Amino acid sequence: MSEHQKARRGWSWWYLLFMVQFIAVLWPPFYNSVEPRWIGIPFFYWYQLLWVIIAAVFTAIVYFATESEGGHVAGGRGAQNGQQE
Amino acid sequence: MQAINWPALIVFVLLFGFITWLGFAAAHWRKGDLDLLHEWGLAGRRFGTIITWFLVGGDLYTAYTFIAVPALAFGAGAIAFFAVPYTIIIYPILFLAFPRLWNVCHKHGYITAADFVRGRFGNRWLALCVTLTGIVATMPYIALQLVGIQVVIGGLGLSGTGFLADLPLIIAFVILAAFTYSSGLRAPASIAIVKDILIYVTALAAIIVIPIKLGGFESIFSAIPPDKLLLASPGANTTGAYGSYATLALGSALALFLYPHSLTAILSASSAHTIRRNAAMLPAYSLMLGLLALFGFFAFAAGVAHLPEFEQGFKEFGNNFAVPALFLHAFPSWFVGIAFAAIGIGALVPAAIMSIAAANLYTRNIHREFINSNPTDKQEAQMAKWVSLIVKFGALVFILFVPTQYAIQLQLLGGIWIIQTLPAVLLGAYTRWFDSWALLIGWAVGIVAGTAMAYAAHLTPIYPLTIGGLSMPGYTAFYTLILNLVVAVIFTPLLKPLSSAPSTDKTLPADYYA
Repeated sequence: MSEHQKARRGWSWWYLLFMVQFIAVLWPPFYNSVEPRWIGIPFFYWYQLLWVIIAAVFTAIVYFATESEGGHVAGGRGAQNGQQE
Repeated sequence: MQAINWPALIVFVLLFGFITWLGFAAAHWRKGDLDLLHEWGLAGRRFGTIITWFLVGGDLYTAYTFIAVPALAFGAGAIAFFAVPYTIIIYPILFLAFPRLWNVCHKHGYITAADFVRGRFGNRWLALCVTLTGIVATMPYIALQLVGIQVVIGGLGLSGTGFLADLPLIIAFVILAAFTYSSGLRAPASIAIVKDILIYVTALAAIIVIPIKLGGFESIFSAIPPDKLLLASPGANTTGAYGSYATLALGSALALFLYPHSLTAILSASSAHTIRRNAAMLPAYSLMLGLLALFGFFAFAAGVAHLPEFEQGFKEFGNNFAVPALFLHAFPSWFVGIAFAAIGIGALVPAAIMSIAAANLYTRNIHREFINSNPTDKQEAQMAKWVSLIVKFGALVFILFVPTQYAIQLQLLGGIWIIQTLPAVLLGAYTRWFDSWALLIGWAVGIVAGTAMAYAAHLTPIYPLTIGGLSMPGYTAFYTLILNLVVAVIFTPLLKPLSSAPSTDKTLPADYYA
């Protein structure tokens, strides 16, 4: 592979999406309140549970985006079904 | 004295019998030569996406977590929910760093973090530090899994005096030790599938049934005292509970994948893709953990602590009895059996993986490095099997003869210790810039300072750090990691000119990619 491809494997701008979830859940002033409630659950609790789902979706987006950039194809695809070493 | 709950006990014993059979049968699953260490200890690195999902989920979200997080919510309220941001931010770390580590470990046949550090930095003493930290941090963690089993056995109403009181736990332990010895990592992987299905069924049933019984979420949360419902707002000149909450989440997340059992499960994946895919799929467990944390509030609202039938349980196990009491209170007996089996079996999976991970560390990084540098493959695998037995036996003795409180405190210290291996292992996966002796000094400073701070904080995780009038109570592990990094960064340029040896890095930049 070329040096350019190698560099692309090391970093993708899509990774910035991960920063969003760090900030959203590690800054308690954003969510330390009872209102607005959702089906009776205080905001503090449903906000953080909702972020579990959002973060998973973000991770899936980054996964598909970086896989299709083509930098990660070599070597790994064949082993996906878990049958070979 | 609580009476024996027969329907629950019968269901519990039947499910335990089933997984015992499964654990032994697992030796023949995707059959490999179990006389090879990477076959016994990493199941031949052949697990695909789905099995890895069950295995890592069963490994990281331990029975003790399922008992202790709701117990903390039950006793202390909102602070317990730090487990949710914690398990959110572990996945970017898993996604970014661990495919690199998987690739380099796969290429060089490394099976432990210390193997990698040895190859990367060529310093056997730094590798020894990583090894010892891993083993010492793992031991109390195994012991706490046995506490998880103890609590549900107590919940089933099994009690006695002297040897009889400990008999159920000893039986569970013998089952665990035997199938780990014979099947290696294949055993917890197959059992994890059963355990996870049971625990998802239990969690779903509880989140639907119990709020209906208690009159909806509105009335559950109105039963919680206001000071427990939210984090206390920090006053002037302090970051207060906000800082504690965020550093607990961040520090715990940074420490998690450094535990030997985490890496063992990750390295058994069949490819780096499997790991990346799982970073998007594993949050399903985080969601369940968040729901389980809410069960602490359910238990509080149901007032289980004041019901006479649970008096004995709370006396014996403290707040750890909150969730078992809630299930006994809210579910029919047969379903209690399923829920308790989920927790009990849920303890066996991580305990098995932890003992395998500790055994891999001893065999590869102590015995092979310092005692017998040229074992046959069979000797190496045999050694690991014996060590896995010794490790588990040590945990059992600890739980039977030492107060549970010590195991909890040691596990707390274990978190502070294991995070000190982050610069060598996690940053080592990215850069060879650090001098290995500088890393060792940073590790030592972090261990000593962390232990001292934990004692100063009366063995609680939060250290009341004050700088220039600003009080910043926060997670000791997180603060001492920063100290460790600063020391390593300062000493690296000082020590580098002194080392005469040429670069000892056995890994190549390309090794970190697929």
